[in-house]
Amino acid sequence: MAIELPVLKPSDFASDQDVRWCPGCGDYSILAQMKKVLPTLGVPREKMVFVSGIGCSSRFPYYVNTYGLHSIHGRAPAIATGLKCARPDLMVWVVTGDGDGLSIGGNHLMHCIRRNLDINIVMFNNRIYGLTKGQYSPTSPLGKVTKSTPMGAIDNPLHPLSIAIGCEATFVARSIDTNIKHLEMTLKRAAEHRGTSFVEVYQNCNVFNDGAFEYATDKASKADTVIELEHGKPLVFGKNREKGIRLHGMNPEIVEIGKGVNEDDLLFHDEKADEPSLAYLLSRMRYPEFPEPIGVFRAVDRPRYDEEMVSQIAKERQTRGDADLDKLFNSGETWTVT
Amino acid sequence: MATSTEGISKNKQVIKLEGATVRFAGDSGDGMQLAGTQLTNTSALAGNDVATFPDFPAEIRAPRGTLAGVSGFQIHFASSEIFTPGDSLDALVAMNPAALKTNLSDLRAGGILIVDKDSFDKKGLEQAGYAKNPLDDGSLDSYQLFQVELTKNTRNAVESLGLGLKAADRCRNFYAMGLVFWLYGRSLEPTRRYVQTKFKGEVADANLRSLEAGRNYGETTDAFYSSFQVDRAELKAGKYRNIIGNQALAWGVVAAAKLSKCELFLGSYPITPASDILHYLSEFKHHGVKTFQAEDEIAAMTATIGAAFGGDMAITTSSGPGIALKGEAIGLGVMLELPMLVINVQRGGPSTGLPTKTEQSDLFQAVFGRNGECPMPVIAARSPSDCFNTAIEAWQIAVRYMTPVMLLSDGYIANGAEPWEIPTMSALPDIPVEHPGPRSEDDPPFMPYKRDERLARPWALPGTVGLTHRIGGLEKQDVTGNISYDPANHQHMVNTRAQKVNNVANDYPATQIEGADQGELLVISWGGTYGSCLTAVRRMQALGHSVSHIHLRYINPLPNDLHGIMQRFQHILVPELNMGQLLTLIRSKYVIDAKGFNKVQGRPFGVGELMDKIGEYFS
Ligand code: SF4
Repeated sequence: MAIELPVLKPSDFASDQDVRWCPGCGDYSILAQMKKVLPTLGVPREKMVFVSGIGCSSRFPYYVNTYGLHSIHGRAPAIATGLKCARPDLMVWVVTGDGDGLSIGGNHLMHCIRRNLDINIVMFNNRIYGLTKGQYSPTSPLGKVTKSTPMGAIDNPLHPLSIAIGCEATFVARSIDTNIKHLEMTLKRAAEHRGTSFVEVYQNCNVFNDGAFEYATDKASKADTVIELEHGKPLVFGKNREKGIRLHGMNPEIVEIGKGVNEDDLLFHDEKADEPSLAYLLSRMRYPEFPEPIGVFRAVDRPRYDEEMVSQIAKERQTRGDADLDKLFNSGETWTVT
Repeated sequence: MATSTEGISKNKQVIKLEGATVRFAGDSGDGMQLAGTQLTNTSALAGNDVATFPDFPAEIRAPRGTLAGVSGFQIHFASSEIFTPGDSLDALVAMNPAALKTNLSDLRAGGILIVDKDSFDKKGLEQAGYAKNPLDDGSLDSYQLFQVELTKNTRNAVESLGLGLKAADRCRNFYAMGLVFWLYGRSLEPTRRYVQTKFKGEVADANLRSLEAGRNYGETTDAFYSSFQVDRAELKAGKYRNIIGNQALAWGVVAAAKLSKCELFLGSYPITPASDILHYLSEFKHHGVKTFQAEDEIAAMTATIGAAFGGDMAITTSSGPGIALKGEAIGLGVMLELPMLVINVQRGGPSTGLPTKTEQSDLFQAVFGRNGECPMPVIAARSPSDCFNTAIEAWQIAVRYMTPVMLLSDGYIANGAEPWEIPTMSALPDIPVEHPGPRSEDDPPFMPYKRDERLARPWALPGTVGLTHRIGGLEKQDVTGNISYDPANHQHMVNTRAQKVNNVANDYPATQIEGADQGELLVISWGGTYGSCLTAVRRMQALGHSVSHIHLRYINPLPNDLHGIMQRFQHILVPELNMGQLLTLIRSKYVIDAKGFNKVQGRPFGVGELMDKIGEYFS
């Protein structure tokens, strides 16, 4: 049955709730880009569900006029798993943060990604705990001074994309709150990917961690600190596209183009590579040693848990036939008392 | 092979018994659970009523021959209706010295003791910590001791098949079965059928030969001068099968899903003694059952919540430690007011406690174990077969009141078996489930927390046009479901959620009183102690005492008629396999001087000890 879908605008996805993020928070931009993307997906609004945990980012579902479930800290990926298994027909989004997704909910995130259900996970990474007012998070850099680390953080930060890739993610991408065109494109690609999409968005928390990503957003520096990945293209960056990334053995190195190096010598991005090693290597590239890649790191096609579940059920129905409970109850040894 | 001379042997005396309690005990690798299950089935097929108590160690394979590795299976079969697996043993089969040592105290004086003499060698005795061989030091004189060369005889029986010794020794349980089957006049046929479907080739042959050799040994050796006969029990007319508690629970939830026309989703993490429910349901894909083995208990619970939001009959199964982990998420379920089942197959606690032993010590956890004011209905199964109906009833409550429901079972119920009168699906009542339909722009906006007369809110499914709404764990305004921090609204919502759960009691049938509806003593049981309490009360009634019994299936809310019933008795006794949890609930709610009888030893109550306790009120 072909249903004529009404043409929706971003404003159709605005809920009647007041948005309560701090003025200037990067979350606003992510919400705005999401509202731009949703009407373009060809999915009716009522078929979309946003699931979140706890944290600033997790208020997101209240602000989109779809179905939504604002749950408990860290558990959104598991809730989304149950929901998608129950209802493969729904488009399920998980909105999480660096604390919600990588700290208290790390286990769920890891296993959700490896299951590869057809859902989309967007992690707002602001490298801080915002809602609880400014403690360091699992992505805060070493030495980060916060209320709970007055002498500086002494645990190593996690790289969200490295984790995702280590969990067999089939779609891994990164974007930046203020890079709105790129963010919109990235969210759209995530939505279109079949399987679990994991998107890290650098998000500025202007209250508790202002400027954490300044290096990547500052007009003057970003050409040197950010490198945009494009499938099949060499890794080139710099104001005049004068620099590139080349592999030296197992390690990336920055080279200047010209001076005996041409583009063909550079690392070419292949988001469809069977092995995730190169995507992993890219996920490890960090400022200030390297420009930080944004874009789609990896997009491969693998079996999806929800579809496999449906197909196992269908197969069993076919081979074992009737699902007659009376037959089951009467199977095996029975006896009659008269 | 010997020709079959089944049934009553020719020249030996046959003694008629009302019933018998038999236990197979051996190393956990000795196949004692299999032996017990086979005796259970064959006894049930012979028309006896049966009740079983499997008892196994937490370790999968503790070192062979050690006390820690002893596994047992107790079965009580009788020619009358029975409700317990029996207190003391009429017969004990001990496959090694360790099994003898750990089980002997349960054997009644004069009881039959069959031992594998071959296993009482120096090493076996040492492992069991025997300084002297109990078979020859006179310490077993008060029992009818039968020293059978069980290992040697089994090896002889299968010798011509050319199996190795190890494989031959794996048939010892079948030899023991054959002997016990002969002793109680049991047919070998059901076990033969079992062997033929479960084993192949020479292993099947070896098991069958051992089974027959055991039976023939009983029949021919002079050691056994009599055998026993237990007649058919007068059970209610109908068609029966044996059912194990966890199996009945699994079948019950599948039935409930069909009766409510919902798809069944199970989110679960493996945990003893609940895992079998996951195993059963994983086999039911052709019934459309979706099973999700989660990464942890919390994920199992939250996936259940997600599936409930999506419209499935969503359930999770676990045991106490897992329920503890699920606590926060169960609270979310209560807040979201979505229907789902949380099944706790209780085990000994606290912490890891006694994973394979039974206890009823999670009642407080079920009723109170969440943050905030967080009431939910709690319902408890009373026996293995009762798990079927309890599952259906729990789901009825969940959808009628839009709430998570906690279903309590326990290790004893979960692994125990009893006859079950097979129902027909068409005779079971449908479970009505309603979802609000689509709305257009012109309709008034959808109110996700607008309640019906029971105070249940609508179960609106994602995918429905015009019903888009957001729910979550934050307190919400009544009717609209919008986030609300308003103090008066919070009070109102707490009151409303509590009232909704209290309303569940309006649907309960009248509490059944076993015995007079007033008198000296009222015994109140709940959960798996039903059988032993009922049996003890009946026996005390037969002795002329003024004692009655009620069994509480509904733990939260408690039945509305409970207070009135209690007031008609002088004394209230609440036996529990915990340190007094229902007791505390009753005492605090009704300010009544009820007394407890409490035990936490990993085992069900014996009828005898309950009778002694009840007797104290009449001495
Ligand atoms: S605390 Fe930070 S992350 Fe949270 S809303 Fe305010 S600015 Fe945004």
